Amino acid sequence: MKLNSNIPEGPLADKWTNYRGKMNLVAPNNKRRIDIIVVGTGLAGASAAATLAELGYNVSAFTFHDSPRRAHSIAAQGGINAAKNYQNDGDSVYRLFYDTIKGGDYRSREANVHRLAEASRSIIDQCVAQGVPFAREYGGLLANRSFGGVQVSRTFYARGQTGQQLLLGAYQALSRQIATGNVKMYNRHEMLDLVMVDGKARGIIARNLLTGKLERHAAHCVVLATGGYGNVFYLSTNAMGSNVTAGWRAVKRGALMANPCYTQIHPTCIPVSGEYQSKLTLMSESLRNDGRVWVPKNMDDVMAIREGRKTGNDIPEEDRDYYLERRYPAFGNLVPRDVASRAAKTACDEGRGVNQTGLAVFLDFAAAIERYGKAEAHTQGLHNPDKGTITRLGEEVVKAKYGNLFQMYEKITGENPYKLPMKIYPAVHYTMGGLWVDYNLETNVPGLFCLGEANFSDHGANRLGASALMQGLADGYFVIPYTIGQFLSKEIRTPKISSDLPEFEAAENATKERVEKLINIKGNQSVESFHRRLGKIMWEYCGMSRNAEGLKKGRQMIRELRAEFWRDVFVPGTADEFNPELEKACRVADFLELGEVMMVDALDRNESCGGHFREEYRSEEGEAARNDADYTYVAAWEWNDEQPILHKEELVFENVELKTRSYK
Amino acid sequence: MKLNLKVWRQRSNNDKGAFATYQVEANEHMSFLEMLDVLNEQLIAKKETPVAFEHDCREGICGACSMVINGRPHGPQQGTTTCQLHMRAFEDGDTIFIEPFRARAFPVVKDLVVDRSGFDRIIQSGGFVSVNTGQAQDGNAIPIEKDLAGEAFDAATCIGCGACVAACPNGAAMLFTSAKVTHLGLLPQGKVEHSKRVLSMVKAMDEEGFGMCSNVGACSVECPKEISLENIARMNRDYIGASLASDKTV
Ligand SMILES: Cc1cc2nc3c(=O)[nH]c(=O)nc-3n(C[C@H](O)[C@H](O)[C@H](O)COP(=O)(O)OP(=O)(O)OC[C@H]3O[C@@H](n4cnc5c(N)ncnc54)[C@H](O)[C@@H]3O)c2cc1C
Ligand code: SF4
Ligand code: FES
Repeated sequence: MKLNSNIPEGPLADKWTNYRGKMNLVAPNNKRRIDIIVVGTGLAGASAAATLAELGYNVSAFTFHDSPRRAHSIAAQGGINAAKNYQNDGDSVYRLFYDTIKGGDYRSREANVHRLAEASRSIIDQCVAQGVPFAREYGGLLANRSFGGVQVSRTFYARGQTGQQLLLGAYQALSRQIATGNVKMYNRHEMLDLVMVDGKARGIIARNLLTGKLERHAAHCVVLATGGYGNVFYLSTNAMGSNVTAGWRAVKRGALMANPCYTQIHPTCIPVSGEYQSKLTLMSESLRNDGRVWVPKNMDDVMAIREGRKTGNDIPEEDRDYYLERRYPAFGNLVPRDVASRAAKTACDEGRGVNQTGLAVFLDFAAAIERYGKAEAHTQGLHNPDKGTITRLGEEVVKAKYGNLFQMYEKITGENPYKLPMKIYPAVHYTMGGLWVDYNLETNVPGLFCLGEANFSDHGANRLGASALMQGLADGYFVIPYTIGQFLSKEIRTPKISSDLPEFEAAENATKERVEKLINIKGNQSVESFHRRLGKIMWEYCGMSRNAEGLKKGRQMIRELRAEFWRDVFVPGTADEFNPELEKACRVADFLELGEVMMVDALDRNESCGGHFREEYRSEEGEAARNDADYTYVAAWEWNDEQPILHKEELVFENVELKTRSYK
Repeated sequence: MKLNLKVWRQRSNNDKGAFATYQVEANEHMSFLEMLDVLNEQLIAKKETPVAFEHDCREGICGACSMVINGRPHGPQQGTTTCQLHMRAFEDGDTIFIEPFRARAFPVVKDLVVDRSGFDRIIQSGGFVSVNTGQAQDGNAIPIEKDLAGEAFDAATCIGCGACVAACPNGAAMLFTSAKVTHLGLLPQGKVEHSKRVLSMVKAMDEEGFGMCSNVGACSVECPKEISLENIARMNRDYIGASLASDKTV
């Protein structure tokens, strides 16, 4: 299969503008006759559904949640990037583009990333107009902060709840279109299959989660915005319901899964506390603006901390190893996520982890509290303030910036992070991989589009902080409304698609069979127990560091687990009722196949890049070693149970020189 | 720790429902929902139907989790959702009552799961700014005073969980609705449609079967995001103002 990225001609900075200017349009009277299905109403889906409806298309939108407002996007904390250069610190579209390409370890498409950087500016304008309450300075203008991997301040935020406020903005825009009747909203509906007619995506089979009934929905095209698949690892920072099913069902119908092994492990999460653990909680990267990461230099101190004889505060400055500042002086605590996570793993592998499990490092705010306290005292005109006053004032500043995160930390761990350094450890957070799409965000299946975290498009092998929200909203508000016209302009004569077509019947029957099969196994092990076991295999062999032998072993283990699942899973209840266990079973069944393809992909990629670190491929200093000569491609996998089939899209860099990524 | 659970079981909205008793072994580091996971694994091991409850983010932001714990929506801890509640808030040997959010406008779906789609329809009636994609001016064109933006933000943090409704003896949705009205109404971008918004959202609230507000104040006490009662007072004022104005123009 020849993968055509459909990147427009012309100089990088003009591609999008020129392309948009010449694109095929669908006239308003024709738009009214065209039906679009949008699956997923997180940031990407809600913004797309609202905008497409504003343009005049008939939109049907689906979510498995009880309301679009609960999509996983709601949990994003830290912020959203935009090349506004409001801080006058040298930012520009080109710099955001460059940072993203470099941050992605030169494994993303130049043209897509440049378009993303261009759109970033309109996103902020749009969200402000919707009433998103971004943080502001005393002068009333928008405030910014820094995120990892960059040296400018371009991140816009709404305290620690940026995703919530952006999603509510998109949800409200969507609600407005639901009220006008331009969007028909299907809550509590889960897409379980894609329907293809004559080689084009023309509809879906969805299960009404309240009644269990399978429904057929037909349209001229289908847009998936169904989020990431980090939950294949069982433990992740993703919401419990996040899953791969919609994308995976599309793969089973011929779509390609691109770069599935690129997983982002986030460096600052609350460590695992026990076997019963159901998910991991992120402590936003924005904390690394002010928190300093360290472990003790001496093993005696490590042991004393683990045994509770000492706390972090008892270790004198000279006995602490601020390893990020030591190893990466240029970026210090703000190195990109993949680098920070591996460094934490190295510290813990050396035995210097600071909790009972040995899998935690400190994130310390004492210096920031003191610095802010002094500045605040100065502002208030207090001369020679005592230590107590400085600490109190400093804590207030830190509280204003990160209050809700500190509170969340305290609720979960029972420790007060204003007084004791936080303990953190890396956790699975984001999946750069996803359905392969071209420049139009169309998959290799005509009429099937994919947006947001569910596609692979913009982040290469590693995503920079605050760029997922940007990508989701760029895709939904500013890309798909244009590019979908390239497909739909050829469909204006296509009459309404009927869901009585034999293809719909066949897809519905196949889904019904699969669901009933799950119910009828009536084995002895819970869905949850399989999911946990899968997660352990993934983390062990396809996690923060990987090697060929482990990947082969992991793959075999997953295949065995999959067979056991289909033999011995127990799904209580019936298919025609509200049945959350059945929902989980359908998702875990798909994760079991995806996990294997992730291992295959990681094994194919004989290099280390971004979030994919192969132990065999590292520099003398232990840093990731890319192999540009052989692996500057997107690996797009076609499903095949025996051996997934690799299709390559070579990445061409015309504007950026491939360099070894250095944050030193 | 050993716990005695009295859990509300109800097959569907048409079913009567009753408390069932279970024993479960937990530890204080677990979250409340992880404790229920343990219970469900026990039930599944016995081939019984697990307890249905709603949850997703498990970090207090999506608003999915919704249960009444020992008589209080989201349980005993101030400013905390059920998913953020940890078992250290309980003692070994405790008996814990777990029920769904109860309100006329929130019909039970199954066990602890209720239908809160009325909230969506309130938002659809006017909880937005009417601006199409691409129509916006530069984000910094209108400076907004920091404190004002902060006040709007405080109201905007509502997670749409419905604890306010469950806490209210009248099943009113005043806190939820007024939080959205305040969030948008305080900002220059939302001011233009403010009067119209207040009227239509209050109307939608009534049509959905939410009760009348009689100033009990339980909503704000139980609200996990500590949304202030001031929002209700503000909405009442604005509602009267808007009604008078619209009477004049009609
Ligand atoms: C804790 C946390 C913090 C984060 N913080 C940041 C941050 O500060 N900045 C940043 O840029 N990024 C952040 N991210 C990443 C970012 O939040 C996500 O990548 C992004 O929100 C994904 O948006 P989405 O619209 O693609 O998908 P989602 O928000 O996951 O939405 C998926 C939608 O698809 C629906 N769906 C899925 N499958 C089906 C199906 N089969 N049938 C029907 N519906 C379906 C769901 O119901 C949902 O509506 C964070 C992520 C996490 C986990
Ligand atoms: S006002 Fe509070 S209790 Fe009511 S829905 Fe919002 S967050 Fe929940
Ligand atoms: S599960 Fe999301 S708020 Fe509780």
